[in-house]
Order: sequence, then structure tokens, then C-alpha cells
Amino acid sequence: MTTPSKVSYYPGCTLKTKARNLEESALGALAALGIEVEELPRWNCCGAVFSLADDDLIRHVAPVRDLIRVTQQGATQVVTICSQCYNTLARANLLMREDEEKRKTLNLFMEEEPDYAGEVEVLHYLTLLRERVGWDALREKVKVPLDGLKVATFYGCTLLRPQVVAIDGPNPQVFEDFLRALGATPVPFSAAQECCGAYQGLVHPVEGGRRAATVLESAQRAGAEALVLSCPLCDYNLGARQPEVRAAHSGIEPVPTFYFTQLLAVALGLEPAVCHFELNGEGALKLLEDKEYVAAATA
Amino acid sequence: MAIVNFSPRAASLAKVEKIGQLSGENVQLCMQCGTCSAVCPMAEAMGASTRQVMHWLQLGLTDEVLEARVGEFCAACHTCTVRCPRGIDVARVLEAVRLLPLRQNRDLVRPGELDPEVRKRAPQIALVSAFRKLTA
Repeated sequence: MTTPSKVSYYPGCTLKTKARNLEESALGALAALGIEVEELPRWNCCGAVFSLADDDLIRHVAPVRDLIRVTQQGATQVVTICSQCYNTLARANLLMREDEEKRKTLNLFMEEEPDYAGEVEVLHYLTLLRERVGWDALREKVKVPLDGLKVATFYGCTLLRPQVVAIDGPNPQVFEDFLRALGATPVPFSAAQECCGAYQGLVHPVEGGRRAATVLESAQRAGAEALVLSCPLCDYNLGARQPEVRAAHSGIEPVPTFYFTQLLAVALGLEPAVCHFELNGEGALKLLEDKEYVAAATA
Repeated sequence: MAIVNFSPRAASLAKVEKIGQLSGENVQLCMQCGTCSAVCPMAEAMGASTRQVMHWLQLGLTDEVLEARVGEFCAACHTCTVRCPRGIDVARVLEAVRLLPLRQNRDLVRPGELDPEVRKRAPQIALVSAFRKLTA
């Protein structure tokens, strides 16, 4: 058996602060699964959104620099957990691989860096789990099966669109397969691949909030007890802002939101402290305690 | 539904050409099926449907497009791009629409005007993505 090549880890801007519950649960789970990743030294913000304008090459410099750091670290793959980072890095990588003219311009602009032509493979955490562990093997490592937990799996936009960087096919199952491996029951819901409002939740909270309301209503109608996410921007709109959204739209019951890595860490039997449930929206830890997946804190 | 008085003289063909350059997309390929409008999550907030925007651009009516604030409300979810039966990357067209004012140094959101509480609470990813999309 050949030794798997080294995997770099790109955290991105939010995971060290507001989304520590995403980073620490994810890294804790990887350690428990025996997958080694090495954080990129000197990483910078990827820009969060991939620039779509044809002449806006300067905005690709940030993600491409990160990809160059991966090669300098001696790795061939980089894994990222945040959906937006995944999308931005994966698309910048494709641009460098496929667009000769833009590649040339960007390489010339970054003359202090070695030339880059898209050699690295950008992976989302779910893809890494699927390829390095596999769902059957993951199921065997589960210590606390999440039996009876009905979860709505929210893909959102950037894990699936555009298709060239999608982590799964047109009828994606990767999130559902992951949750089934943990013992949970994924419930299909119509808004699973819709937009949470993205940055509009910040700049146009009312209009952005309508998106969040649609997603929450859809999950509720499907009978979900929890909503599972992979992106701190989705969590801002659907978790942190949920009380405001519910106040503005009648008939929406509270739905606890989790990062998928938190459910993974709980199922693998890791200490709840690694999940930082204090950073989640309302009711998250309580749901897991009520279901007896984690021991209720003694007062 | 808005009725537009079309006069070729009012048409800003230079701006439409600019949109073509910025997006790398040809709006004339649009056959007005309206799929982009049907799938748009922000349609309710916009002053015009995406289909209407494509039609205005075909006619060179960029003022109407800018007045409808479509670029401002687009969340870049890429659903229109994925669904377009003509293969137009509609998200790129809307990015170009957004860039027309931005390239003239007119911001679509002023960071300083955001509620300080919201600014404190919002994750970095929300601030970075919003300012990247909506400021010059």
C-alpha cells in the first residue's frame, strides 16, 4: 500500500474566530479518523467570492497565492471546510489550469512566486472523507450513532454550483450518505440547494431574511429536527440571524443549526468541548442532550 | 409589467458592449424563456426579472437595468447560470451589471453605514463577500 500524499489544510478567514465550532470539530474528527492534515503556513484570505469579471485578474491573486503555498508545503491536495473557500479556491485553480492567457498574466504579476498552473487538487472536507475514509468505514468508527435524528442537509450554493466544481452530481447524495453513516436520518427538503441569502443577509437584511425564512420553512415542513450546514455564511443567515428571521416571518419554529463536522465529532465520541456549541444558535446543544448523544452538563 | 418606450437613440450600445467584455457572455443568445427569473432566489427584491434584464441588454437599455438595482440584489448563487438552456453564464452578466457603477467608483454599499452591532456580530466571510461584490 502506498502512503497517501500529504494534505494541506486551508482554514480561511472565519474559522479561527466566529466559526471555531466548525474548525475545531473538523480537525478533532480528522485526528480521530487518523487523517493527517497540515495547516498552510502564511495563508491569506481567499476573497470569499470568486470574481466573475473577465478583466478582474487582481482578485484571483489571493486564492492563487494560497494554492502556491500548497505546492511549497510539498502537498498535492488542499482541503478546506468552508463552502465559500472551497468554491473560490477550486475555481481559481481551474482558471490557472485551463486559461493559458490569464495564467501567464497572473504568473508574471506574481513574479516573486514560482509559476503555477493548477497542479494542486482542491478538496472539500466531505470529499476527503468520502475518498480517504469511505462511508462504510466511517460507519464502523461511529461510537455514538445519531439514531433517530432527523436532519435537513443544506448544500446551499457553493458546494454544487457551477457544475465544474460541484462536489457531487446533479442529484447530490454526498451529504445524505455522510449523515446516514453517522446513523442520522437525512430528510429531503425542497430548499436544500437554494441560496441562504449569502452576503445579502448583511447588506439587505430584510430581503436576505426572506431567503432564510424560505429555507427554514422548507426544513420545518419536511419534519427536520435540525439543519446541517458547511458554511459560516449560511450559519450567519440561518443560525445567528434565525431569531430575527423568525420574528419577521410568522409560523417558523426554532430549528437548531449545526456544522456537519460537529455532528461528526459527536458521533465519533469526541469531547463536546471540541464542538464549541456555545457558538451555535439556540437549542443546538440541548437537542443533542435531549437525544442523549452527549451527556447533559451537571449544574 | 413595465412598458418600455424603445428608441434606438436612447440605447447605450457602448455600455452593452462593456457588459459583453466584462462578462465574456453574449446576451443576444438569450431566447427569453424566463428560466433565470423562475429560479432566482432574490427575484422578489429586484426591480425587474432577470429575463427582463437580458431583454433590456439585448436592446441596449442599460439605464433601465441599473435603475432596477438587479446587480445590487443578486446573491451570486449561480442557479440561473446552471439552469440557462442557452448556456449563458447569467451570473457573469449580472456581475458585469454590478460593475458598471463600481467601475465609476460608485459603491453599492457603504461599510461605514452598516449598523455597528451588525458589523460586530457578522462573521468575516459576510463582510468580505459583501464588500467584494458591492464596493469599488
